[in-house]
Amino acid sequence: MDFLTVFIAGTGAPGTDGSTLNATQSLTARTGNLFHRYANPGRFLRMGAKLQPWLTWPALALSIAGIVWGLFFSPADWQQGDSVRIMYVHVPTAWLASSGYMALAVCSLLSLVWRHPLADLAAVEIGPVGASITAVCLATGSLWGKPMWGTWWVWDARLTSVLVLFFLYLGHIALIRAFDEPQRGYRAAAILGLAGAVDLPIIKFSVQWWNTLHQPDSITVTGAPTMSTSMLWPLGLTTLGFTLGFGAIVLARLRASVMESRIRTILAANRGRQSANPAPKPDSAAV
Amino acid sequence: MTHLPYILAAYGLTLGVATVLSVNAAIRLRTARRRLAAIEQPRTRQPS
Repeated sequence: MDFLTVFIAGTGAPGTDGSTLNATQSLTARTGNLFHRYANPGRFLRMGAKLQPWLTWPALALSIAGIVWGLFFSPADWQQGDSVRIMYVHVPTAWLASSGYMALAVCSLLSLVWRHPLADLAAVEIGPVGASITAVCLATGSLWGKPMWGTWWVWDARLTSVLVLFFLYLGHIALIRAFDEPQRGYRAAAILGLAGAVDLPIIKFSVQWWNTLHQPDSITVTGAPTMSTSMLWPLGLTTLGFTLGFGAIVLARLRASVMESRIRTILAANRGRQSANPAPKPDSAAV
Repeated sequence: MTHLPYILAAYGLTLGVATVLSVNAAIRLRTARRRLAAIEQPRTRQPS
C-alpha cells in the first residue's frame, strides 16, 4: 500500500464515506500502476535508447538555427541595440530553470507518493543540470544588465527569486547525496523538492506583485506578444531547442545512472555468490 | 559603447556549459554501456 493511500485512509472517517474512500484508493492505485509500468529498468533502457536520437538531433538543429538567426539575422532593438541578442539565450535558460525545477518537484511527488524508483534517479540527474542552467540564466542576465541597467546585479524580486531557485537546486544536490543510506537521501531531497516548488509562482508573478527593475513578461498565454515576430521566431527556436536539449541530457544521464545501478547490483550478486561458494584450495583437490 | 563583449560572453558561456553537460552525459553513458556489456557477457555465456 502506498503512502497516499495510507495517508487518505488515516485521515478519513472510516465507514462514514466508504465509497469515496474506495474510489480515491482505486484512483491512486491505478495511477501508481501506470507509473510503475515504466519503472522496469530493462523497459526504460529500451524506451530511452529509442527516444534519445529523437531528442538529441532536433535539439541540436533547432538550437543552432535559433542561435545563428538571433545572432546574425534578427534586428537590433531600437532601445537596447544589439544587447537584445542576449535574450535568445537568457529567456530559454530562464524558462528551463523553472520548468526543470517543476520536473524535479514532479519526481519528488512520484517518489514520496508512489515510491517510484526511477523518479529518485531522475531527481538525482535533474539537479546538477538544472543548477547549471539556472547559473547560466543568472550570468546571462547580469551580462545583459551591465550595459542596459549599468549594474551587474540588483536585489530585484525576479532576480532574487531566481537566485533562491539556484540555492534550492544546490540544496537538493547536497541533500540527496548526504546520507549513507540512499533511500533516506531520496526522501529528504524529495521533501525539499516539493517545498521548494513554492518559489516557482513567486518567480513567475514577481514582476506583477512587486515594482521590479526586471521588465514584465513579453509573451503570455492569454495576450498577444509585445515583441516583433522577427525576434519571436529565433526566440521560439532556441527555447524549443534548449528544452529538447535539456531532455536529451537528462535522459542520457538517467540511462547511464540505471546502467550503473545495474552494474552495482550484478557485482554485489557476484561477490555474494563467491563468498557463499568459496573456490576450493589447490591441496583440497588432491585429498 | 559597444555591447559585443557582453553578447559574446553570454553566448560563449551558454554554449560552453551546454557542451560540458552534453559531453559529460555522452561519456558517462558510453562508459556505463561498455561496463555493463563487459559484465553481462560472461553471464550470458554460462550454460543455464
